[in-house]
Order: sequence, then structure tokens, then C-alpha cells
Amino acid sequence: MLYREVGQFKTSYTADQAIFPIAQDRWFVVVLVAFAFLAVPLFASQYFYTEVLIPVLILSIAAIGLNILTGYCGQLSLGSGGFMAVGAYAAYNLALRLPQTNIILVFLFAGVMAMLVGVLFGLPSLRIKGFYLAVATLASQFFLEWAFARVKWFTNYAPSGSVAVGRVELFGIPIDTPGRIYIFVLAVAVVLALAAKNLVRGRLGRMWMAIRDMDIAAEIIGIRPLHAKLSAFAISSFYIGVAGALWAFFRLGSWEPLAFDVNRSFQVLFMIIIGGLGTILGSFLGAAFIVLVPIFLNQLPSWLGIGMSTDTISHIEFMLFGAIIVFFLIVEPHGLARLWAIAKEKLRLWPFPY
Amino acid sequence: MTGKTMSRKHAGIALAALLGALATAAPALAQNEQFVPNLVYRTGAYAPNGVPFANGIADYYKLINERDGGINGVKIVFEECDTGYATDRGVECYERLKGKGPTGAAYVIPLSTGITFALTEKAPADKIPIISMGYGRSESRDGSVFQWNFPLLGTYWTAADILLQHIAKKEGGFDRLKGKKIALVYHDSPYGKEPIALLQKRAQMHGFEPLLFPVTHPGVEQKATWLQIRQNRPDYVLLWGWGVMNSTAIKEAVAVGYPRDKMYGVWWSGAEQDVRPAEGGATGYNSATLQHTSGRFKLHEDLKKYVYDKGQGTARWEDTGEILYVRGLINAMLGVEAIRTAQEKFGKKPMTGEQVRWGLENLNLTADRLKQLGFEGEVKPVKVSCEDHEGARTGRIQTWDGKDWKISSDWYTSDDSVIAPMVKEAAARYASEKKLTPGCLVTN
Repeated sequence: MLYREVGQFKTSYTADQAIFPIAQDRWFVVVLVAFAFLAVPLFASQYFYTEVLIPVLILSIAAIGLNILTGYCGQLSLGSGGFMAVGAYAAYNLALRLPQTNIILVFLFAGVMAMLVGVLFGLPSLRIKGFYLAVATLASQFFLEWAFARVKWFTNYAPSGSVAVGRVELFGIPIDTPGRIYIFVLAVAVVLALAAKNLVRGRLGRMWMAIRDMDIAAEIIGIRPLHAKLSAFAISSFYIGVAGALWAFFRLGSWEPLAFDVNRSFQVLFMIIIGGLGTILGSFLGAAFIVLVPIFLNQLPSWLGIGMSTDTISHIEFMLFGAIIVFFLIVEPHGLARLWAIAKEKLRLWPFPY
Repeated sequence: MTGKTMSRKHAGIALAALLGALATAAPALAQNEQFVPNLVYRTGAYAPNGVPFANGIADYYKLINERDGGINGVKIVFEECDTGYATDRGVECYERLKGKGPTGAAYVIPLSTGITFALTEKAPADKIPIISMGYGRSESRDGSVFQWNFPLLGTYWTAADILLQHIAKKEGGFDRLKGKKIALVYHDSPYGKEPIALLQKRAQMHGFEPLLFPVTHPGVEQKATWLQIRQNRPDYVLLWGWGVMNSTAIKEAVAVGYPRDKMYGVWWSGAEQDVRPAEGGATGYNSATLQHTSGRFKLHEDLKKYVYDKGQGTARWEDTGEILYVRGLINAMLGVEAIRTAQEKFGKKPMTGEQVRWGLENLNLTADRLKQLGFEGEVKPVKVSCEDHEGARTGRIQTWDGKDWKISSDWYTSDDSVIAPMVKEAAARYASEKKLTPGCLVTN
């Protein structure tokens, strides 16, 4: 009853083609973004910023990237960690060698570098599909991890192989407190999510979805697979590279190649599977789930006042996390975004049963 | 119909009340307590070595509380958080625990070079010192750049130098090393890469050939590495592993037939958990010591009386002589003495991280004081200063004889004429990378 679009008449094509055609949706998103920008800084603690908001937002950007590639274009990729590393080290090297560069250019450069590497490692997708492509991208993950550990130029010949970044400044304002980092990362996430949503609604997105659904038929009706697949790899790697640079600069501060290992790739893949393949909202929901549930499970025994040794807590967290993932995938294989869509559907009738 | 909605409403209210109660059910800390977080790993590939260390630390805090009633009456409250040796979980544990207690965390002991690197970025802003006893960045010994890092008792350059001095002594002098091959089998992480700089410098000085063999985390895949070692036939192998990598390395050495008496591990590769899996094969394996050896000593009388006889012990009594357990005791002792030193200046109350940092930087443990504490024979006098956050730079070599670790050398002190310039250069590099102005911190 509350969610009906009764009385909302579109008077122009632009209005009809809006991302959120229903006014309630539009209002909800506007209020949510305003809340995130204005209200959250009023009550968030430092722990909330550094352990909840910032990791979730940065990994959401990576999840959007992987969703574009795997969810919309159907190219299974296990190389996200490696592309994040490319973004991180590209940003580090640019900031190191040209210190006066604007930080936005640094992150754009990181994205572009990751884009080039992504296109290179996406070339096998023109020949192989499905699991075989997954293995090829897994090879890219291991290769990039190896490259950053062995080629000393990337780490500025640091003896320990670990690099650190100094203060980040945007137009003279230092971005050093968690609050400022949160606002910056939120702004980047909102802009990139909006861009992604528009991309997947447009011609490019439809090309990707056609390739995903039936690539031979898509080729027959005139969609060039090379163009579609490589553009998916390119844009996806751009997003993942930017996310990698943000992760390195704002979350880690100092990192070694192990921070972008195969577990990171799996983590991003699990985010989009749980969140919902082929949705932008699913990237955010999946990122929140994968980041927050382990922390929540870890702290639950102390909140409930149950005294347990730390290794028991860790083991239980591991088991419960796996069980929750299995439960969610059985209840809704299409992910949390589908659960949200079903909730909205039910809101059309609520509170009436019919 | 009415009955059903009414009971559902009641259930909803009850649930909300329960959740509300749970959310506010955090335990309240009394005011006269010192909170110390304990970042441990009791799970994961590095747990075999992490567990005894964590037990040692926990037992020492319990002993201080039971025997002395705390540090000058201020009880120690410690909380463990499992990091699994993963950097991001270590940072999450740190963020969660750093603000607890009336004055926040006193100090943090990460027991992981990776987590130390990550926390080095955060600790100065949060004003919490990091005690990285026997690990961490080798250049963090320079307190004017790394004001909040304390690699007490030894860094990896110290360790590598001690091992090379011993090898040179066995060969008859550093000049006899010319033309020899010394291999380094290391964990492919900042921890394992730390000694490479010193190895290469000494190789340049004395003409031996360093061979580097990285092993990927977690270190169970070493067959290829040891086949290469069998091909290359180095004169000595230095092992820089941790967790299961150590025991795997020794077992692979047995399989490949490399003489274990030519193998020298760093002090983190020389524990009972590393040699026991190879059973008889590890006999003759050597490692450096972080000053102390294995076996119970004077402190254990008090440990038994005040902790274990009351059933409060974290480990099993049979394991309280193990090397890593003893190391945990020593690490906790250094932290407690730092708090005590700080209390002498700032008053006998809970200390803030800043004050504990001052305590660490002015830590001066004389031989008499160590005897008083019960650590005679295990730790040599420690004197920390702003220029020298290491405090002591000495160690011995121990050898496994199949049942126990036995000291097999005299005391070596690392050569500062080689290391000090390296520290200065690396610290200056860090300062310029991070745009810091070096200088000793003053705390009032």
C-alpha cells in the first residue's frame, strides 16, 4: 500500500528513464545518501569509521567492479586481488615519484593502470569460458602477487618489501582523520556507483548482459564479443584498481603483497555472490555482510557475557560464518539484493494480505 | 485473531528489551586498573608457536596480580583477541581494544612483523607504544624516527649478525668465509626479508655468496626449495621461518639429506614445536637465542605457588619451561617493568600509553633488578634510550640434542660498526618517505 506508484505520472521521457522511477525509491535513496554524509559523522565512533564504514565502502567499490565483470558480463574472474594490488602499487609509485600530483589524479591513474593490466589478462576470455577462465584469472592473481614481491622497482627497493604512504591531501586539506577519510571514500563510492548503474542500464550494460546470457546468440545479432568482453574487463578492472588504491592508502597505510593475496580475490567474489550477481545494490549488501558478520560473531560472546577462550571464539566464528553463508544461499540463491527486491514487492501490498 | 497479534506484539517487546539489555551489558571496569590488550593467535597456521607465547604473557600478568596485587596496587586487566597472524584482523583487534580501560591500552604486543608494520602507522596517532621484542622493523631501533616502536632485546639485523659471527668463528674468522655459500630460507613476508640487507652487506664485506630462497606463506610447500638447496650445496643454511614453516623445513632437510648441524635458525625458528615434529631428525639443529634459554628458572617457583597451584595457569605445568613460553614471560615482564618505571615518574595510578612510552624509553633493568624479579641467567641487563630502542644486542647459539635445547656458544654481541650506519640510513629513508621530522619525544 505504501509502495504503490499510484498518482505518479511521468510527463517526459527523461522522467520515465530515471534510475528510480518510483518516487518512494528516489526519496529513500536521497535520504540515505544525505544521512550517510551528514548524520553519520555526528555519532560515529572511530572504531565504527575504521572497522565498519571505510572497509565496507572500499570493498563495495571492488565488488561493483567484479559484479560488472562476473554478474553483468558473465566472465568469472578470480583475479580481483591482483588488480587491487596493481591499483595500490600504481598509486604508491605515482605518489612517490611525483609527490605534487593531486590525489584524485593518483587514484584515477591507479584505475587506468589496473584497466590496462585487466584488459591484458582479459584477452583469454575471448577463447575460454566459465571455469577455465576462472583458472586463467587465478593465474593472473598469482602472477601479479609474484611480480610485486619480486620486481623491486615497484616497492622502491625497500629491503622488507613493505611500502608505506605518507599523508594524503586534497586541495590542501589533509585527509588524515577517520571522519575525513570516510567522507572522501563515501563520495568516491557514490560517484562510482552512480556511474556503474548508468553504465549497466545503457547500451554497454545490455551488451554485457547479452554476452552473459547467450554469447553465441549475442554474436549472431551483431554484438562484438571482443568489444563487449574487453570493455567489461577494462571497466571492472578500473573499479577494482581504484578500490585497491583506496584500500592501500586509507585502510592499510603500510602493506606488503600478501595484503592482496588470493584470499582477497575470494572475498570479493563471495561478496558479489552473497550480495547478488548482476546488481549494484548487491555489491554494497554483500560487502557489508562479508566484512561485518565475522566481526559481529567475534564480539557476540563477550556481548552475551559468555566467557570463551579466544581460539574457541575464532573457531566458532569460522564455522558460524560458513553456516550462515550456506543458509543464505539456500534460502535465496540470487543473493541479498533479491531479498531486498522481494521485500519491496511485499511492501506494495502491506499491510493488506491480498 | 486478536490473541495472535497481541502475543506477537508482546514477543516483539520482549525481544527488544532483551537486545537492549544485551547492548548495555558491557562489563564495567574499576578505575584503578591498567588495561593491556593481548593480540594473540591461537588459531591458524602459526598457532603452534603463538599459543605458548600467549600463555606465557597471560601467566605473568596473573602472577603479578596474585603475588604483588598488581603494579604498585594497580591491577592488570588483559583481554586477548585472536588475530590468526593476519594483518587486517590484527588491526581490527587493535582498534577494538585500544580504548578500553580507564586510561586506554598501555602498550600492544603484536607478535607479527606484518601487524607491527601496519600498527606503526597507527600507533603514533593513537599514542600507544608497540613492543616488538625480537621482531619488527630493524630500523625501528632508532627512537628519534620510530618514537613509538620498541624492538627490545634484538632486531633481525642483530640476529643475522650473531649467526654470522658464530659461523665465522666456527670457520676460523670472517676472512675464512670467502667463497663460501650461505643460504637463507625465509618466509616470504617482511619478517623473512628483514635479514637480507645485513646478509648482503656482510657478503660484500667478506666475500661469501648469499643464496636466497623465499618460501610462500604458510610454508608447507618447501620441496622445490630444498631440492634447489641439495643442488646448490650451500655451506650453511639460515632458517627464517615461523609456524609450520619451521618444522616443514627441518623435515625437508632430513628428506634431502642436508646436515642439520649446518642449519641455523633465527630465534623465532628455534622452539620445541619446530623440532619435535621431525623426531630424531632434528638433532644437531642450531638456532640463535633471544638471550634466554629453555627450562624453568627462579620465577617458576612463584609461578607454581601463586598461579599453577591455584589452578589458574593458562598452559600445562609441563610446558612452562618451553622456549616460547619463557619468551612470553620475558615480554610481559618488560612491559610490566615499563609501566612500573612510568609510575615512578607519573604516580602510582593507571598509566596512559604516552606515559608507558616514556617508561619504555627510560627502561633500565640492572642485573640486581633482574635477579630480584627472578630472571637471573635468562636476560642480561637492558638499558633503553631514545637513540637505542633495542636496549640490548646480545645472544647465544643453542643446539637441539634430541630432547632439549643446550647452549652451544658464548655470548655474541652484534657489530654496531656494521649495523648502526644501516639503521641510520633506513630510518632516514622512512622519515623522508613519511615526511616526519626526527626527534626524541618529551613526555611530561
